Amino acid sequence: MVPLLGSLQFPQIGELVDWKTLGGAGFNKASLTIIVASVIVLAMFFVAGRKKAMVPTGVQNLVEASVDFVADGIIMQTIGEEGMGFLPYLTTLFWFILVCNLFEIIPIFQFPPMARMAMPMVLALVTWVIYNGVGFKHQKLSYIKNSLSMPGLPKAILPLYALIEGLQILIVRPFSLAVRLFANMLAGHLLLVTFALLTDALIFHDGVKAGGFPLFSPLAILPLAMDIGITGFEVLVAVLQAFIFTILTAVYIGGSMHPEH
Amino acid sequence: MLAATNVTINAQEILKGLGAVGAGIGYGAAAIGPGIGIGIVVGNAITAMARQPEAAGMVRTTMFLGIAFTEALALIGFVVFILLKFT
Repeated sequence: MVPLLGSLQFPQIGELVDWKTLGGAGFNKASLTIIVASVIVLAMFFVAGRKKAMVPTGVQNLVEASVDFVADGIIMQTIGEEGMGFLPYLTTLFWFILVCNLFEIIPIFQFPPMARMAMPMVLALVTWVIYNGVGFKHQKLSYIKNSLSMPGLPKAILPLYALIEGLQILIVRPFSLAVRLFANMLAGHLLLVTFALLTDALIFHDGVKAGGFPLFSPLAILPLAMDIGITGFEVLVAVLQAFIFTILTAVYIGGSMHPEH
Repeated sequence: MLAATNVTINAQEILKGLGAVGAGIGYGAAAIGPGIGIGIVVGNAITAMARQPEAAGMVRTTMFLGIAFTEALALIGFVVFILLKFT
C-alpha cells in the first residue's frame, strides 16, 4: 500500500525527461495513470464489443461512432481504402491518448501522463517503426530512393534534398510528433497549476491586511474563473491532440504507402 | 544606493538570472513566427470555408494538420524554456 500511495506524488518538474524512482521500482503517478487509462480503454471496447446490438446504445454507441470517425474522417481522407488495415491501431491510439489526456482534468489524478517525455516518445517510435515498415513492405528497397529523391529533381540539388528528406523521415517526424503532444499537455498542466496556486495564495496567504481583513482576497475570484475556463479549454486540447497525433500517424503511413510523384 | 551597498551578488546568481532572461527571450522569440503562421493558416482556411461551405469538412481537417505543423516550432521553444528554467 505504501508504494502505491507514494506513487500518487507528482514527478518533479525537473524530471521532465528523466524517469526517476518515485514510490517503488520506478513506479510513479505517470505509470499509474497510464495503467488506469489502458484498463479503461480495454474495458470500454470489451463492453462495447460484447453485446453487438443492432441499435447501439450507451458505450457501444460511443465506440462505434468513434470507429466510424477514424475510418471516414482520418483513414479515408489521408490513406484511402487500402489503409483500412490500420483501423484497429489508429482507433486504439486515438482512444488511449484521449483517455490519458483527459486525466489532466479528472480530480485526484489531475495529471496528464503525456506531460512526461517518455510516453509520447514511445508512441512516436511505434509510429516510426510502422511507417518505415510499411514503406519497405509496399515499395521494397525503392522506398529509400523514393523518399530521398523525386522525379525531375536537378542533379546538383540532389544531395541537399536527400539530406533534408532523410533527416525529416528519420529524426524530425518522430521528434516533432512526440514533442507536440508532450508540450501541449505540459503547457496546459502548468497553466492549470499556475492559476490554482494563484487562487490559493490570494485566499489563504494574503499578507496585506486592512483591519484584520485580507485586502486582496476577493480578487481570488479572477484566477478561479480563469482556472475554470482553462479546464474547459483543456478538454478541447485533449481531444484535438489525440486527433492530431492519430491523423499525423495516418498521413505518415499514407506517405510511405504511395511514393510521391 | 544605501541598500545596494549591503548586497553581495556572486557569479552563480548572476548566471542563474541571465539564464532566466535568456529563457524568457527565447520563448518569446520562438512564439513570433508560429503566431503569424497559424494566423495565415486559419485565415485562409476560413476564406476557403466561406467560399465553399460544402468543402468545410475537408478544409477543417487540413487546417488542423497545418496548425499542427506550424505549432511545432513554438512548442519546441516552450520545451527549451522549461528545460533552461527548471532543470
